[in-house]
Amino acid sequence: MTNRSARERISDFNEVPRGYTAEQAIEEAKRCIQCKKPKCVAGCPVEIDIPGFLKFVAEGDFASAVKKIKETNALPAVCGRVCPQEDQCEKECILGVKGEPVAIGNVERFVADWERGTAPAVSRSDRGGGKIAVVGSGPAGLTCAGDLARLGYQVTIFESLHVTGGVLTYGIPEFRLPKAIVNLEIEYIKSLGVEVKTDMLIGNVYTVEELLKDYQAVFIGSGAGLPKFMNIPGENLDGVYSANEYLFRINMMKAWKFPEYLTPIKIGKKVAVIGGGNVAMDAARVSLRLGAEEVYIIYRRTRREMPARVEEVERAEEEGVIFKNLTLPVQYYAGDNGWVKEAECLQMELGEPDASGRRRPVEIPSSNFKLQVDTAVCAIGNSPNPLVPHRTPNLETEKWGGVIVTAEGLTSIPGVYAGGDIVRGAATVISAMGDGKIAAKAIHKQLSAGGI
Amino acid sequence: MFKILKKERLAENISRLVVAVPHIARAAKPGNFVVVIPTEKAERIPLTIADADVEKGTIAIIFQIVGATTKLLDSLKVGDEIPHLLGPLGHPSHIEKFGTVVVIGGGVGIAEIYPAVKALSKAGNEVIVIIGARCQDLLIYQHELGKQCKDLRITTDDGSCGRKGFVSDELKDIISSGKKVDLVVAVGPVPMMKVCCEVTRPHKIKTVVSLNPIMLDATGMCGVCRVVVGGKTKFACVEGPEFDGHEVDFKELTDRLKPYRDVEKQALDHVCRLLSITPQ
Repeated sequence: MTNRSARERISDFNEVPRGYTAEQAIEEAKRCIQCKKPKCVAGCPVEIDIPGFLKFVAEGDFASAVKKIKETNALPAVCGRVCPQEDQCEKECILGVKGEPVAIGNVERFVADWERGTAPAVSRSDRGGGKIAVVGSGPAGLTCAGDLARLGYQVTIFESLHVTGGVLTYGIPEFRLPKAIVNLEIEYIKSLGVEVKTDMLIGNVYTVEELLKDYQAVFIGSGAGLPKFMNIPGENLDGVYSANEYLFRINMMKAWKFPEYLTPIKIGKKVAVIGGGNVAMDAARVSLRLGAEEVYIIYRRTRREMPARVEEVERAEEEGVIFKNLTLPVQYYAGDNGWVKEAECLQMELGEPDASGRRRPVEIPSSNFKLQVDTAVCAIGNSPNPLVPHRTPNLETEKWGGVIVTAEGLTSIPGVYAGGDIVRGAATVISAMGDGKIAAKAIHKQLSAGGI
Repeated sequence: MFKILKKERLAENISRLVVAVPHIARAAKPGNFVVVIPTEKAERIPLTIADADVEKGTIAIIFQIVGATTKLLDSLKVGDEIPHLLGPLGHPSHIEKFGTVVVIGGGVGIAEIYPAVKALSKAGNEVIVIIGARCQDLLIYQHELGKQCKDLRITTDDGSCGRKGFVSDELKDIISSGKKVDLVVAVGPVPMMKVCCEVTRPHKIKTVVSLNPIMLDATGMCGVCRVVVGGKTKFACVEGPEFDGHEVDFKELTDRLKPYRDVEKQALDHVCRLLSITPQ
């Protein structure tokens, strides 16, 4: 797949890759050698029949290819864009041993986009399977809802925000995941018979216990929405944002179209984004598109340890983001206007590996230096959203906030399942979808066996 | 979509809406708030639930028309629908029998204390209410509050109604009269809450304030509402909005309310053009 030039793309919010043509997709799919025991499928959290759909693509039968994917994955246009295929299906592809693996993600993206031009065939089963409540309309909730609807259940999704999609909508920027695509995927889920109620904060408006009176099972997919801060002096100065706030203003509230949209945002000339994950790259790249002159990624380890996808780091660099690795902010200072003006940082070096297996960053004494910035974005991660657990007394959680579940996604409360970031802490879209699938299967099994 | 059943102009720039939203009405408690989005392109703004009627399935919200989004909200009429209304949010007020409670409301905060006054009276407290505004025309809820407590005191900056002066002056007098005050609740502009806390601090009278920082999602996701209380950063939307006023860093709160002041006019002008009205 070819990308648009960095210069062109930082002047708009359109996607970076151009996408395959039909010929390119067929050619790429033909590279699949149709392994008898395909390892790629085992590498996929939602177990898409990858050789199966690639075979259809190779034959030019895109409609059958999409149908094949949608047997296990309701959101292919999303997954084709934001899945870390290089760590999953493509990592396992046998062709990758000696050369390039099949570009499974790109082909998936192509067929999902191809389908958008056609009217998807929808098979609705009868609605005799009972009522299920799903909390949160992010990837975990949408997947769980879609699977259960296909099995004939009446599913209602409760979303706390005014727009559906969870992190797909508020978190991931337009240029990485166009909202028109997210909306179409959600329309598809709704076409299966799923009802979505927005502006419904479960825990506050109805408790999980109350939901259990009206629904036979509840799936909690309320995500990891609680932003972490570094708790350093000056972090509450104006101009210091959490990545959530920054991206929420831009992606969800469309602050870049102010005053047509009434939520404002202030992006300075020099922006420092703290962190090395995909969210940090998103915040940095959004800043460039909104007129920042210098954008830094400040990360305490080196590029090798960055949790962001290599592709995203490369794109950020191409677009002009300046990487200040082995750097740790320790304090922010304000200018006369009370707005952040400087970030004091320390230089780091890598020491012994820590629990995550990555080499631990160690401070170099007296290496302090000051960086002139007028905006700082803290993108060091999120914790599970505590609202539902706090208001559900019998729901057991880990010390760090994650809801405890069995391998089937069952929580400590009978009939209540959970999955995605509320269980894992901030992880990936596809792992959340995998969890939604597992829980849907378990709910179906439980209810078919005679209830909870 | 939530239908507006009633609309009143309480003062020159303060409106009250009664909205049909049964699921919020049944769950609302004193001290809770809602997020309102009056049109699809507007901001998410937090507003205190000023009253809730479970039987009728309605809540009342009161707001000061100060910016673009409140202007849009005020442009809605009876029968119109509010597209998005989220709540109840925040921790409810702590209500029990404390003894003598002085509840103070300033500006639009006068309406916000109404549910707490009602609940505190019902819990058997002796409730003294002090309300204050710049002038008589801006005083609201006088009648309603009068019905909920035996002792209602009024101050205005210009002396056009009640005592000439500030609510804090009246609070000082109550305390120096030797009356034993067990709790003070202050809701209003930041300077008012700060001064009330300074009045009660030497007497070690517990003082609860309801903070009004900028909010966005108001469900604990963005952190823009962070306030420092007792040296620790808290998210007012989910850990508040009520806090021990003696522990609150009011200076930081004041600073954190400022960042978008300079662009508010731009937004307001845009909305006035939309509504074809002349900006004031």
